[in-house]
Amino acid sequence: MVRYGFRKESGEQALIGLGFVGITLLAALCVFGLSVGLLGHFAIGGLPHVTWEFLTEAPRNNNTEGGIFPAIYGTVLLVILMSILGVPIGTLTAIYLAEYSREDSRLTRWVRFGVNTLAGVPSIVFGLFGLGFFVQFVGKGIDRVFGLELVWGKPAIIWAAATLAVLTLPVVIVSVEEALRSVPRQLREASLALGATRWQTIRRVVLPHAFTGILTGSILAVSRGAGEVAPIMFVGAAYSLPELPKSLTSQFMELGYHLFVLSTQSPDVEVTRPLQYATTVVLLLTTFALNLVAVLLRLRMRRRRPLTL
Amino acid sequence: MAPPTPLEPKIRTFELSVYYGHKHALQDVTVDIYAYRVTAFIGPSGCGKSTFLRALNRMNELIPNARTTGRVEIDGINIYDPSVDVVQVRRRVGMVFQQSVPFPKSIYENVAFGLRLNGNLPKSEIDAIVEESLRRAALWDEVKDRLHHSALELSGGQQQRLCIARAIAVNPEILLMDEPCSALDPISTAKIEELIEELKRDYTIVLVTHNIQQAARISDYTGFFYLGRLVEYNRTRELFTNPQKRETEDYITGRFG
Repeated sequence: MVRYGFRKESGEQALIGLGFVGITLLAALCVFGLSVGLLGHFAIGGLPHVTWEFLTEAPRNNNTEGGIFPAIYGTVLLVILMSILGVPIGTLTAIYLAEYSREDSRLTRWVRFGVNTLAGVPSIVFGLFGLGFFVQFVGKGIDRVFGLELVWGKPAIIWAAATLAVLTLPVVIVSVEEALRSVPRQLREASLALGATRWQTIRRVVLPHAFTGILTGSILAVSRGAGEVAPIMFVGAAYSLPELPKSLTSQFMELGYHLFVLSTQSPDVEVTRPLQYATTVVLLLTTFALNLVAVLLRLRMRRRRPLTL
Repeated sequence: MAPPTPLEPKIRTFELSVYYGHKHALQDVTVDIYAYRVTAFIGPSGCGKSTFLRALNRMNELIPNARTTGRVEIDGINIYDPSVDVVQVRRRVGMVFQQSVPFPKSIYENVAFGLRLNGNLPKSEIDAIVEESLRRAALWDEVKDRLHHSALELSGGQQQRLCIARAIAVNPEILLMDEPCSALDPISTAKIEELIEELKRDYTIVLVTHNIQQAARISDYTGFFYLGRLVEYNRTRELFTNPQKRETEDYITGRFG
């Protein structure tokens, strides 16, 4: 029997090993290059056009001149409404799943199945669902019940927000559940052993402990929804509006949709190119800002982590 | 030293069994635990002693798939009876865990936690109970100037005494202690043991420990668990000087474990 002892690998083995390191490194560099290339491209093309006027004025002359303030305003409003609608339901669902449900119960399996299914639905389908369910069914229903003449039963910012809320629900649920499950079992037990009820334990121990995690997860979920165009195309996003949305039933302009309009629906796409670039930069910055907040919260959470179990 | 109070059973278990799924973790334990005594349960890891302890305040119910049969009577009432409120059981049967787990709140709020669960006590009363509990846990002098600092600033031994203070603040009758010193250094351990001697004047203390010497030092009664069964149960001195069962003798003389 030949004993190799501590001899180095054969030349061939070493080469294969080295080659694989090279391939993985190349892939990693490609990803890095892509992100730098993408950001750089839009930064160079767009940043010079992001002026104060661009940020604060309305579009003029059929979207070929002026700024994008109504789209920024609409996006912010949309994100806020969507959070108000989606985050509480998602958080409550996650609390049910993490704290009350039994893993082996049929109901739990169905809820999980629902969450996973929602997560896999293409966003354009959410758009159509929003149109059919929120606008045609819920909206028209409200109009009928209150005898109104087409107030709620048409595309509106509230229905767009509701549609996006449904779209982001699975992400909210999964990340909030993760935050709740990261609360150490020992803390719950300590609370219950002191004679706290389940609800008191959730309210006084689990939720405060998981609060930052819940916030982070929600923001990440919302930031994913904030950039979506497909779901809101049919339910309230407008090509161009003379004024800012004044009520929940107004239509609105939105950055992503505005970008789509500029680059496909414009009488002269060449003329609007600087506007497209600048709008892209603003959209990216908005999403990044949300992500940055989430990252900062997560850092803070890590520093305050009370138990190292 | 003669025990100062007459010997009365505080907890009586009858054929108490706990299953985890199909595993029969605790098998038919019938035992009397006496009021105002320290009762220790010893045995190797996985012998069922912690499972037994957790059955005494129904903490096992938190484990999915756990099932309990038999009875646990406290002052004659079966705590597994459907009419019994588990929250009330845990108010009367406090628990201190192996790993000291202060809530990430201030020292004061940790001790006040249990008091606040029960509605609105005036602040002056909470203040008084917090001080009293910390004094009894022999922690007051060390923390009285920083009651509103985070409990996580305390050392491991202090944290464990804080957990004891937290448990006695709600004025339970029984204190369950699940290896309360296993994560502590010898000096902190000595402090906790001293404290346990003090506390047995007011509480019935049930202690689980894998430290045989500790059981011998501080308990009045000792039970030896092995493979889910209570092999032997007797006055501590009897059990250590004259064990009746072969397994007990092997374990306390260090032949296995």
